[in-house]
Amino acid sequence: MADVVLKNVRKTFGRTHVIHGVDLDIRDGEFIVFVGPSGCGKSTLLRLIAGLEDITSGELFIGGERVNDLAPAKRGIAMVFQSYALYPHMSVYDNMAFGLELAKSSKADIDSKVREAARMLQIDNLLDRKPRQLSGGQRQRVAIGRAIVRDPKVFLFDEPLSNLDAALRVQTRIEIAKLHTDTRATMIYVTHDQVEAMTLADRIVVLNAGRVEQVGTPLELYHRPANLFVAGFLGSPQMNFIPCTVSHIGPDGVQVQLPKAGSITVPVSPEGLRMNETVTLGIRPDHMKLSPQGTLTGRIELVEELGENHLLYVNVGGERHLTIREPGDAHHEAGQEVALALAPESCHLFRESGEALPFLSGSRTPAPPSPDLSSRAA
Amino acid sequence: MSSAVASAPSPARETAQGGRSSLTRSRIRAAWIFIAPTLIVLALIAGWPLARTIWFSFTDASLNNLADYEFIGFENYVANYDGEWFGLLTDPDWWHSVWNTVWFTAVSVSIETVLGIIVALILNASFPGRGIMRAVILIPWAIPTVVSAKMWNWMLHDQFGVINDMLLRLGLIAAPITWTANPDTALWTVVMVDVWKTTPFMALLILAALQMLPGDIYEAAKVDGVHPVKVFFRVTLPLIKPALIVAVIFRALDALRVFDLIYVLTANSRDTASMSVYARQQLVDFQEVGLGSAASTLIFLIIALLIVITMAAGRVRLSGDPR
Repeated sequence: MADVVLKNVRKTFGRTHVIHGVDLDIRDGEFIVFVGPSGCGKSTLLRLIAGLEDITSGELFIGGERVNDLAPAKRGIAMVFQSYALYPHMSVYDNMAFGLELAKSSKADIDSKVREAARMLQIDNLLDRKPRQLSGGQRQRVAIGRAIVRDPKVFLFDEPLSNLDAALRVQTRIEIAKLHTDTRATMIYVTHDQVEAMTLADRIVVLNAGRVEQVGTPLELYHRPANLFVAGFLGSPQMNFIPCTVSHIGPDGVQVQLPKAGSITVPVSPEGLRMNETVTLGIRPDHMKLSPQGTLTGRIELVEELGENHLLYVNVGGERHLTIREPGDAHHEAGQEVALALAPESCHLFRESGEALPFLSGSRTPAPPSPDLSSRAA
Repeated sequence: MSSAVASAPSPARETAQGGRSSLTRSRIRAAWIFIAPTLIVLALIAGWPLARTIWFSFTDASLNNLADYEFIGFENYVANYDGEWFGLLTDPDWWHSVWNTVWFTAVSVSIETVLGIIVALILNASFPGRGIMRAVILIPWAIPTVVSAKMWNWMLHDQFGVINDMLLRLGLIAAPITWTANPDTALWTVVMVDVWKTTPFMALLILAALQMLPGDIYEAAKVDGVHPVKVFFRVTLPLIKPALIVAVIFRALDALRVFDLIYVLTANSRDTASMSVYARQQLVDFQEVGLGSAASTLIFLIIALLIVITMAAGRVRLSGDPR
């Protein structure tokens, strides 16, 4: 059990800056997920914490101790790799016991630890097998078991589910969540899959190009993205973005003029906005409705049926498309002209710099999270 | 077969001839046509000389008249005249050359394997100039053996050689050593030159094996805190073992038929003569084609036997999944 604190951590490979000064405060027992597009530096950040890469500048504390110069084995961490990283010539038992042999544990002690972890992960009948005789899911369990027997203060997961098929991924995801509930260990988990991030995390860290874009609880990030990147990255299908201009600033929010359509008043604080300034309006596919009184009109280009809901891709002029998700089966066909109504309280406004305008208090459906959770790292 | 043919009337006509369809037969014919040139060349350059050598080993053929010889059975191998034993198997020089060859093979291949692993591990690490190092280290292997043997011969010369000169200046020896003529040093000298020449080959084969290893298990070992020496013996070595055994067999095959290095370095000296040197001496110097062929045949059998033993000991499977 330990907290993990990063202070202005930077990493450069030669002249390439990969991590640009990350500040992060991971609490004891927290499940934190690093998420971001490929190449955003999330895996590098995890490897810096593991000690597999050297920190170029900045400080890293695990359990209050500065560990910049400590070898990975001395940091009290255990890591689960995407590729499992099992020793191919050793049995499952030896794979789990190998790291313990040097830790001056007695044979009986090692044996009981390995068997307990194997029982926990339901691989106790596989202990004599070699990794090549196991399925992907079983291999990943062995890799997790190898981490468990080390009894680490912090678990590090590097995209542990990406090599598994869809059904197994859901099952293993639930098992990892259960492992966290059982051990209450600090866990840091890297993924590019936003579903994993949303379902597993206590808090999500969204990374982009080596910078932290936003840190917060899954719902906070979903409902109150701090900028265009986070808004576009979380949620599937992606949030719709409509460029528009500020037409009126009043006490109940900012009125914006939609292109070739009416205007809409979004309940956000106008902080420093000027009239006629270009802003971006963001709205999720679920927050638009087909309605004869809608402010936006367009033609349906494609209908995708998903069973429990359906997606409509609407061309609203030029090359711009909006995605709408409605429950149940579709009642429309491609080629139909439709009008779209936007729920103003579900709209987001972003400045030209990409930064989100804060909502006026009491204007949102989800309860605002406690202030310390919304701390935004540089 | 007949019941299957009866129940399936249409393929019955096709399977009538040897149970094969005309398509299969034409494919088999094409296969034979394609491999025939290789088989013919192999028969001419490997099969015929081998068969001829084995045949000569049972005759009293002589080099000055190869057309005139008689079959004498096993007399080249072992014969008894008036209670005295003759033939190859009773010749102490032959057995001495066998011992020389086996000793040379065991010592040189062992040293080359250990050095090769060390060099390969160094070349596998990333450091600036690694590409150049990999090329440079191959130079001894690229030089023809006769050239490098001549070169070493000169360097090891007892009066003018640079080796003796350096050792004398350093005060390590009091008088020049006749490296290649002294029975105490001759075979060791041959081993030393062979190690110099073939360690790069070994290193390259092992390096190829090392580069096939997954990198992630080393990171896992790092996180587990396993000591690098333990990682080498418990992880790296078991994983490169199949490749290592193949490399050792390759080298052992080479070393068992060693000729040029020893012949150039020490000529026909009895102290260093290998089996091949002995066979050449019988064949060419003594014109005894029969006896020389018998020696060659025995070399063939000895090498085959030793390789079978090595492969059985290493339980190597030359095909299939090495892990």
